Amino acid sequence: MSTRIYDCLKCIGEKIIENKDFLTDLDREIGDADHGVNMARGFQAVIEKVSQDEADIGAVLKKTGMTLLSTVGGASGPLYGTAYMEAAKVVAGKQEMSAEDFKLCLQAAIAGIQKRGKAEKGEKTMLDSLIPALEAYTDRIDAGAGMAEALDAACKAANEGIEFTKTIAATKGRASYLGERSIGHQDPGATSATLTLEVIRDFIKG
Amino acid sequence: MVGLVIVSHSYKIAEGIKDLTDQIAAAHKGIVCAGGMEDKSIGTDATRIMEAVKKADDGDGVVLLADLGSGVMSAETAIELLEDENIDVRLADAPIVEGAIAAAVSAVCGSGIDEVIKQAEATRTVKKVV
Repeated sequence: MSTRIYDCLKCIGEKIIENKDFLTDLDREIGDADHGVNMARGFQAVIEKVSQDEADIGAVLKKTGMTLLSTVGGASGPLYGTAYMEAAKVVAGKQEMSAEDFKLCLQAAIAGIQKRGKAEKGEKTMLDSLIPALEAYTDRIDAGAGMAEALDAACKAANEGIEFTKTIAATKGRASYLGERSIGHQDPGATSATLTLEVIRDFIKG
Repeated sequence: MVGLVIVSHSYKIAEGIKDLTDQIAAAHKGIVCAGGMEDKSIGTDATRIMEAVKKADDGDGVVLLADLGSGVMSAETAIELLEDENIDVRLADAPIVEGAIAAAVSAVCGSGIDEVIKQAEATRTVKKVV
């Protein structure tokens, strides 16, 4: 019997692997055409290397982060790796994750991505989905909503974030070399981040 | 002696830079490559960089030279992974080839880590066309 956290990560991995070509095609337009391939390789390793019966959620997320660091290869390696490892610190030793814990995890993950990538919202990155998602999630939780409803709001905001990335030019990463020509294309990182949130939402809804 | 770790997306670039530093600072035995992924494919891996730093350190600290993009991000991640180790490890804000050579020469002459970093970073402003 595997743990819930492992099952959730496995679902995220399967979704990323399923969308490998889609993410790589998005990245071909404005980047170096490796986002899907790199992320799929990383999550394949996560599915294989993370312990299925480790109950400590912090330990599982830390192992996930370390595995992504050593297998993804591109910029998403240190970015997603740091995100998972920062989230891990918030829930170290915990065997259950509350709606509030998830908020703190997402907050820590975003802070980690910002520290690592030195990026802000509005630079055509995964932050353009994740920051609005956190805001929407927090609003719903503070209004007394449950985790599933708050995740619905988060996913809606994240998808709007993807749409927003189509309207702006990239200032970070390889896409920044394209300048204005990156306008019109959606950001692959914002897309993979949104897919991740959607899997978590579906998983919580069961 | 201050150790050096060469961080590149490319296994061959890291090895090639080490060939250069071996030529110019042959007595330095603490220059370690962290180029590419474990299978030598293109990419950077913070955990390999972390292991390279441990190997390069003899107690005098380690300077990282990185190429661009995720090379820098993975180098910074490795430094964080080493937080609990007692190693003075820093990333030089320098071009990787010129910086590595300046750092290697400085280190092999017995400079401390502050001076090695300073020499590496001084190469940022070297003009190639005057």
